[in-house]
Amino acid sequence: MEKLARAHVLICGGTGCSSSGSKEIIPEMRGKLKAKGMEDEIKVVETGCHGLCELGPLVIVYPEGVFYIRVKASDVEEIVENHLIKGRVVDRLLYREPATHATVPDYDDIAFYKKQQRYALVNCGHINPESLEEYIGTDGYEGLAKALSMKPEEVIEEVKKSGLRGRGGGGFPTGTKWQFTRNAVGSKKYVICNADEGDPGAFMDRSVLEGDPHRVLEGMIICGYAVGADEGYIYCRAEYPLAIKRLRGAIGQALESGLLGENILGSGFNFMIHIKEGAGAFVCGEETALIASIEGRRGMPRPRPPFPANSGLWGKPSNINNVETFANVPSIMRDGGDYFASQGTETSKGTKVFALTGKINNTGLAEVPMGITMREIIYDIGGGIPNGKKFKAVQIGGPSGGCLPEQLLDLAVDYESLIRAGAMMGSGGLVVMDETTCMVDVARYFLNFTQDESCGKCTPCREGTKRMLEILNRICEGKGTEEDIPLLESMAQSIKAGSLCALGQTAPNPVLSTLNFFRHEYEAHIRDHKCPAGVCTAFVGYTITEGCRGCGLCKKVCPADAISGEVKAKHIIDPDKCIKCGACQSKCPFKAIEKG
Amino acid sequence: MTIKNLEDLRKIKERAKLSTSARRKSETQVIVGMGTCGIAAGARDVMAAILDEMSRAGVHDVSVMQDGCIGMCQKEPLVDIVRPGEPRVTYGNVKPADVPAIISEHLVNGRIVSGLVVAKV
Ligand SMILES: Cc1cc2nc3c(=O)[nH]c(=O)nc-3n(C[C@H](O)[C@H](O)[C@H](O)COP(=O)(O)O)c2cc1C
Ligand code: SF4
Ligand code: SF4
Ligand code: SF4
Ligand code: FES
Repeated sequence: MEKLARAHVLICGGTGCSSSGSKEIIPEMRGKLKAKGMEDEIKVVETGCHGLCELGPLVIVYPEGVFYIRVKASDVEEIVENHLIKGRVVDRLLYREPATHATVPDYDDIAFYKKQQRYALVNCGHINPESLEEYIGTDGYEGLAKALSMKPEEVIEEVKKSGLRGRGGGGFPTGTKWQFTRNAVGSKKYVICNADEGDPGAFMDRSVLEGDPHRVLEGMIICGYAVGADEGYIYCRAEYPLAIKRLRGAIGQALESGLLGENILGSGFNFMIHIKEGAGAFVCGEETALIASIEGRRGMPRPRPPFPANSGLWGKPSNINNVETFANVPSIMRDGGDYFASQGTETSKGTKVFALTGKINNTGLAEVPMGITMREIIYDIGGGIPNGKKFKAVQIGGPSGGCLPEQLLDLAVDYESLIRAGAMMGSGGLVVMDETTCMVDVARYFLNFTQDESCGKCTPCREGTKRMLEILNRICEGKGTEEDIPLLESMAQSIKAGSLCALGQTAPNPVLSTLNFFRHEYEAHIRDHKCPAGVCTAFVGYTITEGCRGCGLCKKVCPADAISGEVKAKHIIDPDKCIKCGACQSKCPFKAIEKG
Repeated sequence: MTIKNLEDLRKIKERAKLSTSARRKSETQVIVGMGTCGIAAGARDVMAAILDEMSRAGVHDVSVMQDGCIGMCQKEPLVDIVRPGEPRVTYGNVKPADVPAIISEHLVNGRIVSGLVVAKV
């Protein structure tokens, strides 16, 4: 039996921390401990992501639960000598609250984690994801054991009771979806896990797969039992090599120990899981495109019905859910659906993982109860806006989500409230924007993404988004007209109405929501030829003031030959030639060139 | 390992709980003085004995921590036992042979091992 260790040093081996250097810390830590003869006393554990990747590599020392950030291999000696031998915390490596700059030694006291409620992410960063035993030690596979002792219908009832809804975007009730697949006629059925995660900046599914792969497998096996399937596929993007490696390892362990394969836990139920690596197009995350891609066809959406529940993979009834959806299932089975249903709002139960990015102090992954306000997420968990800037908007729901303004910060977040506000839950991307962001430019950025990712099957999506993008470009270049706003609005409506899949149906959202809440910025571009945030370069102009002494330096540096003037006389800039590089302004010794 | 039924699963779970129990800070603590003086007096062997004894007896949900020099160098190795709601007891000149009694009597059952006590707060 393994000997008790007095301390555990958890080193984050997630994708974020690995790329910032945690791979060097692990052998360094092991080596230093061995040199001190403490390798039996102190256990070094490589974990998955803690959600604060920006501050990585992260090292957490237990039993105290001290949270060290940006640890380098050269810091290891000090941690060993001071903390692990003498019990003295290494102050300079501690996390600091962004607002107060006070150090916080204790993991549990960090504001970023305090308001979180980790349910799907409960093990992420806390266990060794490559150890089946550690997963079992946190009640792993208990939900499966319980499910197998129930009738499949009872399992579905429990999931319905929990109120769990799909975390992949649509928010469809999971229990009802399972019921459809169970009811579908056919003896061969499939379970599919959608791990395509195409939203730029999103990495919640990756974190779960890397940090707690068995939880996803367990959720899928329970689903297989409930719907009557004996085979499952995980469709994971190939850009997630670590997630795929961990999944393969976990599948191997589960097979070997009888938690997967034939006669699971002696119940007579058989289930097998395969991994399919996806090529990475955003549209392949759409369920029918994903199924086509598994079958080896081009990943393009097809009309529904028939829904995958009736005709999915190879025409067989297939139940498809997102990674986070499956990750919630084991605990729902173990704790019962009522507990899950006690969290959240009337229509949206449980928790949701969000990826906080943009102009926010704590960027990272946070799992929060449904019904929390946007303000709590951004200010309490996210630590507010950096550099004393003012909040302007938060974009929620991925590339086809919507932008919400300051006055909606107290909105209680759930599926319905977000739709009503013109945004959506999506997969949980949250991009925070401050006063230096131009909302027209933002709409253009997101539309550019969806336009690029359109599969081209439907004309409104393919051509319509292109036209809308042209209009936005025009506005940003200062060539917008009064008709452009109503034109954008009517095009948005026809794209939404005439598109086959949700990509086209939601692509205009960023434009519509910015038009709704930030119309004055569009108008400023069109009417006043001004970009209020000073982002769109078309409206930036350089002029030479009366302070000019005619030294001629600016003329020399101008790459566009835009400056003219006699020596010792005031120079002038030809706005038609000027390319707004700003070189003249930084060169002028008399600060006589203004930007405006 | 093969897991044939719920019982097998529970067995593994008990074992695994023990191997990760250090990942929670417990109110019940054993603290060993590991300053230079403590180590010179043999604190490392005492620490090893504590961990051995706890593994053997299956004691978990106890945090084993370390401390620097607290100015009682002549009494090292020092071992403190903290149990919730009880005074903190410091044992001095602890030898590995004293450890089983401190663990089984005091840490587990709350009965102070009188001979070795140097302080109570
Ligand atoms: C363009 C597009 C991309 C999508 N990408 C994903 C994705 O990356 N991951 C995901 O789980 N669902 C994605 N979806 C939603 C899926 O079609 C499907 O609704 C979901 O996987 C169902 O699982 P859930 O009910 O658990 O949410 C996407 C949908 C569309 C239209
Ligand atoms: S809406 Fe767009 S992405 Fe979806 S099927 Fe049509 S063209 Fe393809
Ligand atoms: S560098 Fe400044 S002072 Fe000299 S010519 Fe240009 S604007 Fe005038
Ligand atoms: S901004 Fe650049 S291009 Fe324009 S006048 Fe100055 S140096 Fe010339
Ligand atoms: S990878 Fe280390 S915190 Fe995310």
